[in-house]
Amino acid sequence: MRRFTQHPYAAVVLLAAIVIAIPLATSTTFYLRIAALVFIFALAVVGLNLLMGFAGQVSLGHAGFFGIGAYAVAVGPTHFAVPSWAALLAGAAIAALLAFLVGRPILKLKGHYLAVATLGLGILIAMVFTNEARFTGGPDGMPVLRLELFGWRARTPLAWYWISGVTLIVGALIAVNLIESPTGRAFRAIHDSETAARTLGIDVARYKLAAFVLSAIYAAVAGAYLALFDALVTPVTAGFLRSIEFVTMAVIGGLGSILGGVVGAAVLVLLPQVLTAFHEYEHVMLGLLMMLFMIFLPAGIVPSLMRLMRGRS
Amino acid sequence: MSAIAATDVAIAFGGVAAVDGVSFAVEPGEIFAVIGPNGAGKTSLFNIVAGIYPPARGRVALGADDVTGLAPHLLAQRGLSRTFQNLQIFFRMTAAENVMVGRHLHERRALLPHLFALPSVLRQNRATRQKAEELLAFVGLASFADQPAGTMPYGALKRLEIARALATEPKVLLLDEPAAGCNPVETAEVDAVIQKVAASGVAVVLVEHDMKLVMKISSRIHVLDQGRTLAEGTAAEVRANPEVVKVYLGAHA
Repeated sequence: MRRFTQHPYAAVVLLAAIVIAIPLATSTTFYLRIAALVFIFALAVVGLNLLMGFAGQVSLGHAGFFGIGAYAVAVGPTHFAVPSWAALLAGAAIAALLAFLVGRPILKLKGHYLAVATLGLGILIAMVFTNEARFTGGPDGMPVLRLELFGWRARTPLAWYWISGVTLIVGALIAVNLIESPTGRAFRAIHDSETAARTLGIDVARYKLAAFVLSAIYAAVAGAYLALFDALVTPVTAGFLRSIEFVTMAVIGGLGSILGGVVGAAVLVLLPQVLTAFHEYEHVMLGLLMMLFMIFLPAGIVPSLMRLMRGRS
Repeated sequence: MSAIAATDVAIAFGGVAAVDGVSFAVEPGEIFAVIGPNGAGKTSLFNIVAGIYPPARGRVALGADDVTGLAPHLLAQRGLSRTFQNLQIFFRMTAAENVMVGRHLHERRALLPHLFALPSVLRQNRATRQKAEELLAFVGLASFADQPAGTMPYGALKRLEIARALATEPKVLLLDEPAAGCNPVETAEVDAVIQKVAASGVAVVLVEHDMKLVMKISSRIHVLDQGRTLAEGTAAEVRANPEVVKVYLGAHA
């Protein structure tokens, strides 16, 4: 058991098991909808974790890339008659290109300065979506046409459950592949000591940029899925609070843990649903629980629990 | 040809000459120590050679290559590696992974195959891991392979840094106070590793305060004082030099 939990691919196997098990346990539309939402957010967080948890670079602007994916599948089919799947790929490519162009200069910044620069980037992107009302519908947003593949239309929560679940598994698998490769080792080395990484021949700027671009692609795909799933997109999708939500999910679940990203997304999607029982105190409870999580599980839920388990055995 | 040669290098900070026209050359297999009292310019000289500061004057050559002012990651490509006085370990990684990072320059680095864990990447990972285990055994840390570096004892980390630097297959290894903070047992362990490294044909350059270590293992010693060369020679020659005794050894004896 202990060997299994430490194997790098254990998280992917566990994740696949969960994705397969949920529809066997319930066929309630409401639960499948929630699960699909968790998977979509988790996909963005798994990507953000490559940047923050592994390469150690903060981003407070990832909702910008999320929004690019979302608006790509909204604007492309509506205004340019591009099929949704092609718009999704185009959105991911645009997000990657933007991350590549902006990443070079801003990844030279460190810590708080990088946080502020990425924050600015996110806000800038959200502003474009608000202001270009001819294409985006402005602050009210716009409807999104359903995803169609070979004449089949993805509408039901069950369809989106499987699309997002399988994509999350593939996304997690790719992330683990990367972490266990020379690129992933370079990410982790940069996180712990840029100085040492450099003296071992690692091109630090290149690897920070790679992490930034990859995480932007994850975010854009997740954003496209959310827009297609909701059949609606507004600038809130790309907003500052969404960026903070991603970072919170990554931190609460556990930075540097693939499964942690998924658990963090689950906590932040599920808690508000559960806490509606507290009516007007819902947000107070949410804030309080988040503080308690950080105080008692400071390394994040998954790494802290794994450490506890290891301590017992 | 020397493995590494510095010719007339100089650097000043705020008008104060930290290093002022120092030259030295180290042959493969030699252990070359740079010593001097505090403020003599040891660390500045080390940083020039390691590519941290470009010198204001003079040149640094690795073999036949002029490498003056090259950044650390480019120096690594040309066969120069180093360790740090105040450890720069990858604490979140295991000992083996730390050394595996050192193999970076010898691995295929294209991103796409890494994303899909192609068989060639997995083969390469196994080869890198094996090389890392050999190097850990070389510095006497085989049993630590899968231990997180953050939980290893201090003396072991000193040797882990050497193993990691060796993983780049350097021609020249720079050691910044390899025995700093070590107890006598740990110092003896580091000392044995340094001698093994030199015996394998690597030119070792070290800056060190521990006089016992320097006198015991160095082939030649270069003494700095106020940014200039005071003396250079074997341990016996340096010890017999009255100038050296006056400014440095005298203060410690």
